[in-house]
Amino acid sequence: MDKVMTADDVVARLASGMTVGIGGWGSRRKPMALVRALLRSPLTDLTVVSCGGPDVGLLAAAGKIRRLVMPFVTLDSVPLEPHFRAARERGAFALTELDEAMFMWGLTAAGQRLPFLPVRAGPGSDVLRVNPHIRTVTSPYADGEELAAVPALRLDAALVHLNRADARGNGQYLGPDPYFDDLFCEAADAAYVSCERIVDSAELNRAGGPQTLLVSRMFVSGVVEAPHGAHFTSCAPDYGRDEAFQRAYVRAAADPDAWAGFVKRFLSGDEDDYQAAVTAFTEETAEATAGERS
Amino acid sequence: MTVTRAEYCVVACAEVWRGAGEVLASPMGTVPALGARLAKRTFSPDLLLTDGEALLVGDAPGPGNGAPVAEGWLPYRRHLALVATGRRHVMMGASQIDRYGNQNISCIGDWARPSRQLLGVRGAPVNTLNNPTSYWVPRHSPRTFVERVDMVCGVGYDRAAAAGPSATRFHDVREVVSDLGVFDFDTPDRTMRIRSLHPGVRVEDVREATGFALRVPDGGVPGTKAPDAAELRLIREVLDPGGLRDREVPPCGP
Repeated sequence: MDKVMTADDVVARLASGMTVGIGGWGSRRKPMALVRALLRSPLTDLTVVSCGGPDVGLLAAAGKIRRLVMPFVTLDSVPLEPHFRAARERGAFALTELDEAMFMWGLTAAGQRLPFLPVRAGPGSDVLRVNPHIRTVTSPYADGEELAAVPALRLDAALVHLNRADARGNGQYLGPDPYFDDLFCEAADAAYVSCERIVDSAELNRAGGPQTLLVSRMFVSGVVEAPHGAHFTSCAPDYGRDEAFQRAYVRAAADPDAWAGFVKRFLSGDEDDYQAAVTAFTEETAEATAGERS
Repeated sequence: MTVTRAEYCVVACAEVWRGAGEVLASPMGTVPALGARLAKRTFSPDLLLTDGEALLVGDAPGPGNGAPVAEGWLPYRRHLALVATGRRHVMMGASQIDRYGNQNISCIGDWARPSRQLLGVRGAPVNTLNNPTSYWVPRHSPRTFVERVDMVCGVGYDRAAAAGPSATRFHDVREVVSDLGVFDFDTPDRTMRIRSLHPGVRVEDVREATGFALRVPDGGVPGTKAPDAAELRLIREVLDPGGLRDREVPPCGP
């Protein structure tokens, strides 16, 4: 079965108010082409579940988020995400702030169709104070331990980006870390995989060992070919993070006029326009650097 | 040659992993990362280290001394699961820390509408309930060492005790290393005490830079252990020839 579609097709299957999980981690292998398609759409009021990076920043800047569920938001080489910070400081959306292990086991519980999983994290910290909906559970065995009952993080939809996929939705990662992308897909009613390149299943097997076949097609509703689709986050081994572009993003976010200019230049057309604008930006940066050297 | 403040800090961080055995050292920050590598190359050779991403690295070459040799795979999800096994000693940063060792990296001000949003709680809650945890503060000030943190991310001794046996079972906040000294919680009420001060730092300096009353050990405060010649050589020639440590802890004037 061929599940190939465009990023705009994916967004057309989503609805305002949905709970959407976004794969990757910080500024690493984020499904940015799908996020940019979300930015072009009228969708709003989203509950976003993410180990946050610029995906969260861009959606927050566009006012798309009603609630954010996260253990952190970071750009890695830049510790603090500027749009996320600004949005929190103006009270722009509701927040469910979880510990990283609570987040991982919450996604796992959702995939396993369990109401919760017990985790030794939360008690003693303010995570339980700011999340009064999270209860504890007492071991029925002799130890009687009382642990956090982390509720399942069930998703209406998951968006992830992988290195390769076949047309049926089998997704492959070729970098050092799978992050939580398979967990996101299994926790969601519908999962959408964008990838650098759609290939035959036989080519997936040639590119890496069977353990690189992270996402199974039984959990995938749509496949999008999006070369450079994680830009400006990293997508090892296909490409690293575009640090120069990320710095430009951070600089622009600090000032409303500069941000308007950034949106006009990079985020006002379709994905091809974005990639062309990025190529132009990279060439300008290279010329400026060469000019400084000469 | 004079030993710099940053070099005392690297050695103090290394000491955190003395006697740790065959566990993962998880340093966050430049000086703790140098400390963990120094410990591995000297008195704690069985330590495991990562490349900062998804690989366990068998040796700890300095910059430009070749690629690290991978001895294992530790992607983010397995690193998180490792925390619950307890085979790890993490050294985290702290935007705020209080006298019981409660730590904050999430936000400053009211959580509902923070005056300054920071990273989020990250793994601090699970770290502090599961494996030994220490902290690194490169600039000791009353803004960091506060009476009460705005959001408890890393759990301190009072909060763990109040939360009960499942919180205290593996709770172990060991040390706080700052640019002024080394601190621990080896007191009857588990409040922070000065363990040692770096050369040139007086008790009054630390008191001024701390937003709560620190315990001072009976019989005077010892000086932080100086690096020996072999340790200095490792820091300067092998681990950090580029002097990244001085960016985190600038050399102090007379």
